[in-house]
Amino acid sequence: MQTIYILWLRQIKRYIRSRSRIIGALGQPLLFLLALGFGLGPVYQRAGGGDYISFLAPGVIAMSILFTAIFSGIEIIWDRQFGFLKETMVAPVSRMSIMVGRTLGGATVATMQGLIVFIITLFVGFRPESIAMLPAMFLTMFLIALLFTAIGTAIASVLQDFQGFQLIMNFLVMPMFFLSGALFPLDNLPKVVALLTRIDPLTYGVDALRGTLIGSMHFNFALDYSVLGGITVLSMIVGSYLFSRIQV
Amino acid sequence: MTDETIIDVHDLSKKFGELTAVDHISFQVKAGEIFAFLGPNGAGKTTTIKMLTTLLHPTSGEIRMNGFDPVHEQSKARASFGIVFQDPSTDDELTAWENLELHGILYHVPKQLRRQRMDALLKIVGLDDRRNDYVKYFSGGMRRRLEIARGLLHHPKILFLDEPTIGLDPQTRNHLWNYVKELNTKENITVFLTTHYMEEADRIAHRIAVIDHGKIVALGTSEELKQKTNTTNLEDAFLALTGSSIREEEASAVDTLRIHSRMWRRRS
Repeated sequence: MQTIYILWLRQIKRYIRSRSRIIGALGQPLLFLLALGFGLGPVYQRAGGGDYISFLAPGVIAMSILFTAIFSGIEIIWDRQFGFLKETMVAPVSRMSIMVGRTLGGATVATMQGLIVFIITLFVGFRPESIAMLPAMFLTMFLIALLFTAIGTAIASVLQDFQGFQLIMNFLVMPMFFLSGALFPLDNLPKVVALLTRIDPLTYGVDALRGTLIGSMHFNFALDYSVLGGITVLSMIVGSYLFSRIQV
Repeated sequence: MTDETIIDVHDLSKKFGELTAVDHISFQVKAGEIFAFLGPNGAGKTTTIKMLTTLLHPTSGEIRMNGFDPVHEQSKARASFGIVFQDPSTDDELTAWENLELHGILYHVPKQLRRQRMDALLKIVGLDDRRNDYVKYFSGGMRRRLEIARGLLHHPKILFLDEPTIGLDPQTRNHLWNYVKELNTKENITVFLTTHYMEEADRIAHRIAVIDHGKIVALGTSEELKQKTNTTNLEDAFLALTGSSIREEEASAVDTLRIHSRMWRRRS
């Protein structure tokens, strides 16, 4: 238990201390909000979609959680490189608890990043539907964060260095983001795209987040949370298996 | 020193594809012994240590660490040893104190004892006044000293020191070896070390194994090795045993990555 706590704390400390990283990671969501939000807003409104900023804000929050979470998971590669991974790997604690501590830490960090982006959306003019749903929003954010940190950890467990990182960004993370419905509604899509969006786990995260924030959603909470929860458990299991097999 | 065997290695091999890094070696280390593992670069020292410390699985052969098998009884084997790695393994973004604290918790050292030892060790390695500084601002030597302090924090049964004195000045080296000797006699900690400084091995080790091309070419006390090779000092004995050609070590992916990250950091 103490192992999990100290490794969780380590992730938090590293996050809070890397201010340039926090601020740097805010640039992208801000750009999306401003450029897309105000750029496409009029078209979206004319097409009868309503306020695009309201639609976009949950998507951009989900995006920042996705990126931060995947990156937190991938951080294992850094630790492998700087040798710190070895320090934890030879300690007389189960690899499971190391993995859980790191993943919870990474997920907490990603949630904090998501909260910061949420606050930014407020400045851009976004207003959540109801304050009462904020705890649910918080929970959803954490679930998304947990899921993608676990996926990041699983991926990083099999990568030796950063050469595969670009591959993962371009063929996994970016498609997951663009096909999640973060930027466009899921109605009336071509069949192939509709199918792709439905196998993208982030889709359910974005949908649930939208449900808690603006009260409109494509699926329903029951489906969203079961998919998110199920895939989180699955990737935790796969992740800890791969993590336990790491040799350095 | 007792007659009890604490590290028992039998017919151990490790292959990386075609390359045989460790080639059917066998040796025993007795409880309370200071055992030096000497060899040129790429001889298989670090690979052997990695297998003993559960970081790598052997291709074949058997290991008993304090009676436990590092492949199948990982946790028990891990609880038996402490290690100071050849490469840095501290967390740069944490302070010296936090690095020690994290280690102490991972090794279940009770809080009060942990704090006491952390204080004492930081004084020994001369980092007492830098305890709250981030490790990223430390010089190579300071990092080394911090790692050594960390490796000693939980008073393991077996202590691995993989080239611990690289980059340290003679004063610190002297301090370090004195402390290790003291730990060895007072707490009966078995020490397994590798080094390129022959005089260190000569001074501190009870027995020395010389490894080359993955095989143990000689094993005995410093005196025995000198007699065997008809030389007067350990360095000559070592050269007589391993030849004088210079060995190449291939850069691993990690080394390449390290170079990249250094460039990155300079930019930011």
